[in-house]
Amino acid sequence: MGILPRPAHPSAAPAATRRPRTTARTAALVVTALVLVLFGGASAASAVSSGESIRGTLANAGEPVEGATISAEQDGEEVASAETDESGRFELELPGPGDYTAVLDTATLPDDVDLRRKGGDRVEVTVRPGGSGAALFLLGENTRTAATRLDRAPQLLVGGLQFGLVLAMGSIGLSLIFGTTGLTNFAHGELITGGAILAYVFNVSLGLNLIPAAIIAVVVGGAAGAALDRGLWRPLRRRGTGLIAMLVVSIGLAFVLRYLYLIYFGGSARSYAQYATQRPIDVGPVGILPRDMVIMVISVLVLVLVGLGLQRTRFGKATRAVADNPSLAASSGIDVDRVVSIVWVFGAALATLGGVFLALSQQVGYQLGQNILLLLFAAVVLGGLGTAYGALVGALVIGLFTQLSTLFIAAELQVVGALIVLIVVLIVRPQGILGTQERVG
Amino acid sequence: MDFAVILENTVRALFNAEALILALAAIGLNVHFGYTGLLNFGQVGFAAMGAYGIASGVTYLGLPFGVSLLLGIGLAILLALLLGIPTLRLRADYLAIVTIASSEVIRLTARSATLREQTGGSSGLTGFTQGFYSLNPFERGSYGIGWLSYDANRFFLLLVGWTLVVLSCLLVFMLMRSPWGRVLRGIREDEDAVRSLGKNVVGYKMQSLVLGGIFGAFAGFAFALANSSVQPDNYGTQFTFLAFTCMILGGAGRVLGPVVGAILFQSSLVFVENFLVQAKRGGYIPDAVLDSSDIGAVRFVLVGVALMALMIFRPQGLFGDKKELALDAR
Repeated sequence: MGILPRPAHPSAAPAATRRPRTTARTAALVVTALVLVLFGGASAASAVSSGESIRGTLANAGEPVEGATISAEQDGEEVASAETDESGRFELELPGPGDYTAVLDTATLPDDVDLRRKGGDRVEVTVRPGGSGAALFLLGENTRTAATRLDRAPQLLVGGLQFGLVLAMGSIGLSLIFGTTGLTNFAHGELITGGAILAYVFNVSLGLNLIPAAIIAVVVGGAAGAALDRGLWRPLRRRGTGLIAMLVVSIGLAFVLRYLYLIYFGGSARSYAQYATQRPIDVGPVGILPRDMVIMVISVLVLVLVGLGLQRTRFGKATRAVADNPSLAASSGIDVDRVVSIVWVFGAALATLGGVFLALSQQVGYQLGQNILLLLFAAVVLGGLGTAYGALVGALVIGLFTQLSTLFIAAELQVVGALIVLIVVLIVRPQGILGTQERVG
Repeated sequence: MDFAVILENTVRALFNAEALILALAAIGLNVHFGYTGLLNFGQVGFAAMGAYGIASGVTYLGLPFGVSLLLGIGLAILLALLLGIPTLRLRADYLAIVTIASSEVIRLTARSATLREQTGGSSGLTGFTQGFYSLNPFERGSYGIGWLSYDANRFFLLLVGWTLVVLSCLLVFMLMRSPWGRVLRGIREDEDAVRSLGKNVVGYKMQSLVLGGIFGAFAGFAFALANSSVQPDNYGTQFTFLAFTCMILGGAGRVLGPVVGAILFQSSLVFVENFLVQAKRGGYIPDAVLDSSDIGAVRFVLVGVALMALMIFRPQGLFGDKKELALDAR
């Protein structure tokens, strides 16, 4: 099917994609392999082959496994075979694209190495034309002990708090833009993605350290927000375009941006040059990656500053006034257009920062923001559309909910849980937790 | 540049399965949005109900094909009721968020490993089309005129599908001319005025949601049969937005708007793709500007641009009446 959608990645499962924690209890796992799932661009990484292949690395508890035989089967017939080299790598040259089964010959494994799971010696791999597939064999003893719910709760609590704070970065802008202009911005996810990609460009392409790269990205992101408001939304408001029409325009804008990102950045997810791999630090019962601690501290600082700004500064008061009643605000001498512009700058800058934080835990990809857009809506609606504090509270609730719900439901359904909460809140209390009655539709 | 190939592929796309699927989905959206003013962003949820209705019905429940069709329609009606009872009192943009969220709930639930037996999990379901194609009266061979020729099974599918489109349009035409349709349009223009005339607004909206949802299920049938499979990730939010674009392009609130929109939309997409492919082959576009693997993405950038431009400069689409669509949320 040509035109109909076929997302490259399963949709948002923020926690599931996070790096597994290796504390003392769950340590010593197992490891293995994965490699390059190159999307039609195998030649970039390997000068050897231009055709289709299956690759992987075989490792046991971090040690490469040499001399193991791996073969590829298609429809029950062996079509290729290879041995792992001294670094545990293997590459199977295939006759063409298609569905294969990669088979690890367990007899060729060293005596002390065994499969982690029964049946783990056969892996289904689909190889695209000109591309390569990755085969992952899990080796080593399965020492992961089944943790009880109570054991997992503190870790999930911290993860949820972090995810909530990152969501808040996006949801505050979304909510303030809605509050001041009435626009339900379906392109807000693309602001987040844009931020992550901007930082990637400064960080990886231009070689800056991630911290200055992120700071520049936030500045550029804020400027892009202003440009969007000046170039698109303000003229539309002047024309008197209806809110639903603007909503649909934002969907069009989301399409444009998302696929421009795909063209520019490509379909595969990539990591930043720094802070991509870290060891967790044990704090009491939980292990936290140092970067996650930094993310949380910065997020809290930024959110407190935003809160203080809204509460104490003249501009913050003006923003709240416009959000409350634009006509009244205008008639009391507030320059509504200027307030909206600045809201766009801050909203986009916050989204950019949120995008960088999100990409640190999930990698940069062109669907990064799109995948959490509905969670942002959930956060905003939960807190009460149009209120900044509501968006913050809503984001924390949604972040904690998605993580803690995995105690009771499968991790792949955590987003479902959050969206059902969204639907229920809209039905029971459409003004949200902190919203006021007058906003009800 | 081979203009003959471009032209041929574009003409072929006029009545292909994608256009059919989008047309059916857009007819449903038109009932919701064009006539009743309901901002349903979860049309793909209804399509998923239809698709999984026949796929699961045949493969998991072992039902005959015809009964599975009824199951699909039944599921779509159930979804409309579940969505409608609580949400039709909400403001338009709230309804949009609830419907889009519920369509994602459906997709994510269907692709979860928990329901692997019923829905096939993330790999979906296949092997349910036999009941449909066993009804095919056409012998093996090629049918159609010139470029618009198809093998027997595809021809049968398209014939049934486009007949369904014609019948659906006829039904919408008659319904919207009836007093019932006038009430729907009244609700779109001014809900309170209709309510003050003693009409049960929520009831009418519900009926509209159910009717449009059934057309959505038809789109799901066509999608599942055309692919011979049901893949959960084909039922993401993008499907709804594409159908929405088709409807806006043709003109919301017009009987033939969504159909013309879908045909035009699909053939323009194919035209752009083929044009770029040919221009690339001819060496008119250097790799630095556009890599051939990016052509698919370029189409969607253009979809976005078209949607924005339409909404800004011609919200009534090709055939719509601008005065009829002065919708606003607050």
